[in-house]
Amino acid sequence: MAFWLMARTSRKVTDHLHRNIGILRSSSSACSLLNRTRRFESTKADKDISFGYDTSDDENQALDFPGGRVTFTSHMRFIPESPERRTHCYRVLDDNGKTIIGSHYQNISKEVAVKMYSNMVTLQVMDTIFYEAQRQGRISFYLTTNGEEAINIASAAALTPDDIIFPQYREPGVLLWRGFTVQEFANQCFGNGADYGKGRQMPIHYGSKKHNYVTVSSTIATQLPQAVGAAYSLKMDKKDACTVTYFGDGGTSEGDFHAALNFAAVMEAPVVFICRNNGWAISTPTSQQFRSDGIVVKGQAYGIRSIRVDGNDTLAMYSAVHAAREMAIREHRPILIEALTYRVGHHSTSDDSTKYRPAGEIEQWRMARDPVARYRKWVEMNGWWSDEDESQLRIEARKQVLDAVQVAERVKKPPLAELFTDVYDQPPSNLREQEKFLRDIVMKHPQDYPTDVPF
Amino acid sequence: MLGIVRQKVGAKCINSSVKQSLPRTLDAARRFSSAAKQMTVRDALNSALDEEMSADPKVFLMGEEVGEYQGAYKITKGLLDKYGPERVRDTPITEAGFTGIGVGAAYYGLRPVVEFMTFNFSMQAIDHIINSAAKSNYMSAGQISVPIVFRGPNGAAAGVGAQHSQCYAAWYGSCPGLKVLAPYSAEDARGLLKAAIRDPDPVVFLENELLYGESFPISAEVLDSSFCLPIGKAKIELEGKDVTITAFSKMVGSALQAAEILSKEGISAEVINLRSIRPLDRDTINRSVRKTNRLVTVEEGYPQHGVGAEICASVIEESFGYLDAPVERIAGADVPMPYAANLERMAVPQVEDIVRAAKRACYRSVPKSATA
Repeated sequence: MAFWLMARTSRKVTDHLHRNIGILRSSSSACSLLNRTRRFESTKADKDISFGYDTSDDENQALDFPGGRVTFTSHMRFIPESPERRTHCYRVLDDNGKTIIGSHYQNISKEVAVKMYSNMVTLQVMDTIFYEAQRQGRISFYLTTNGEEAINIASAAALTPDDIIFPQYREPGVLLWRGFTVQEFANQCFGNGADYGKGRQMPIHYGSKKHNYVTVSSTIATQLPQAVGAAYSLKMDKKDACTVTYFGDGGTSEGDFHAALNFAAVMEAPVVFICRNNGWAISTPTSQQFRSDGIVVKGQAYGIRSIRVDGNDTLAMYSAVHAAREMAIREHRPILIEALTYRVGHHSTSDDSTKYRPAGEIEQWRMARDPVARYRKWVEMNGWWSDEDESQLRIEARKQVLDAVQVAERVKKPPLAELFTDVYDQPPSNLREQEKFLRDIVMKHPQDYPTDVPF
Repeated sequence: MLGIVRQKVGAKCINSSVKQSLPRTLDAARRFSSAAKQMTVRDALNSALDEEMSADPKVFLMGEEVGEYQGAYKITKGLLDKYGPERVRDTPITEAGFTGIGVGAAYYGLRPVVEFMTFNFSMQAIDHIINSAAKSNYMSAGQISVPIVFRGPNGAAAGVGAQHSQCYAAWYGSCPGLKVLAPYSAEDARGLLKAAIRDPDPVVFLENELLYGESFPISAEVLDSSFCLPIGKAKIELEGKDVTITAFSKMVGSALQAAEILSKEGISAEVINLRSIRPLDRDTINRSVRKTNRLVTVEEGYPQHGVGAEICASVIEESFGYLDAPVERIAGADVPMPYAANLERMAVPQVEDIVRAAKRACYRSVPKSATA
């Protein structure tokens, strides 16, 4: 420690820290031994007793330290574990769908506003019918976005198609907004031959290169550092785009979350982190997940500009993501958005959430805080939407989804050859041999070959 | 278990004070004394990185200490000055972080070369290598390719204990979607690293710290910037007719030394340098075994589910009728690497172990049960 203080400039101290790590981490090869000697020579202090502060008063008593000047205090004061007041939550629409007077938000045209609402309803209808399809045993798994429609659609609408999405799994609305059709969603869930993933992933693991939507990964939070890497790629190419990555409150406990935030800050990567804090990670409530004031406060610890937003307020989400995108791209910096919301549905078709949380809590969010109903009021108040529009939209959406399910079921399953493709860019000899072996066996015993695999 | 360990690591070694890697340079120089130019593995790797960075602006390096400090083992020497901090990226110390960032950068247009200070530290990032890098092309049905190289020293160094001395060839070699390469000589290092960087699939590139400083003869062809080796092809380092010895990385040197000793006793060993762990060149191995009818596999990694186990299975499946003797597997001891030099030596395959195994395969020595 004394050695650090002796170093006069912050640059020197950085160097020393930086290089010292190398000693700790590298093994004792001859090469690192040699360098160890050289490193210590290079970090000798310029002036032995210059500590970089004066003693006239408290405010002026400071230490030049990597990262900037640090003032001294004679009071022993620990930073409290939580602030006196929790971080504010940005909101534009009140509970009745009225814009709060004096609120700052991004204007939305009628066309975009109506499209946003329509997409939210389509997402709801799709969730209802796909969920039922799973219950009927027609698909193996499903997971709804109920209660988080505003985060999905509003954030998508605030971006451009060039922005690259690294989703978790509760953001199909972003893909819907970008033009992925209900039929394409159904094809993926049914794992048929028309699925862009060739039936390789379990339902809801959508991905579309055309829509800049990276295939959903089941492992939690791995998309976060990957989004930083892709953002770095965009920055190197000087593209007018950022990456946007979504995750839940549970995902923030993964090491990948912390690594991603730290790297994004250090690499000055244009990435927008959107945390859907929906209160529950399967059955684990946030009180068992972290003891901080949610996620928003973690941004500052990593040197990242952050905001907490009402995730059930479509206008607030739209405005915050719009501003975040601008800052990320213009200023080459990551932005963290914590969207407060609630997972109204079960985690997935594999659990029954009434077993681990009070039904009253679910009802309260479903009825009183429904983001779709709140946004509808605002659209109606603008004179852009009527009851007639509503019933027509719901009837059409329902028909569209039901048709898509029926079509998806009838589309042929992926052919046998697709078992072996894409493991590598070009199939290696062992895979070619395996395929040939399999085909020979099938030719020999056609009666035992399953009928649902095109040969 | 103890019995196996003792057999495999040569408990009867008398000359325990001899440093394990000393004789190689002399030996290599002697064998190729006609070649004019020499190059160290370190320079071979460095020049391969330099040339590929120069040829393709999408290639960039990332890892702990790769920039200012020029790499813990100086593999990235001079590259920061030449290509700047955007393309030679020092990272915070989070393996999972920079590996994930590399994978994400590869998803969208770049060709990252990620350095692990040692492959032991890649364990903190293995999720990104296996679940993301290796599987993304398949899961996305070819929409997301991952042209990335994970490189760094692998296997036992000297005197650095359990957490710096493990071979991960079998680990990564068992995962579809990855390609796994292990160079031995300067020629291997140059040709395979260039191939790895140019390859559209994720490649795990296993170097060896003790080989970095070794010099090997190198031809003008290998020095040419267009030089590249095929992935998935083994190299017959030494032709022979009595017994096949397979090895990779540093163990190729030990196998060559063993072959020299065996030749004095009238045994002609064929030494195969695997070069590629995955895809594994089963053809070359089986062809050789069909000729020699005997096989000894050598690796520094653990015996169970090891590279030798896989080679043995391949030979039994494809060339069982050609075998005149049981396959011999030489592997590291089935224990975490001890630090003390005397014990460390016992845990790593030695030349004498290979010689003994080859003799057993050729029925030139008393049975194992008598020597144990």
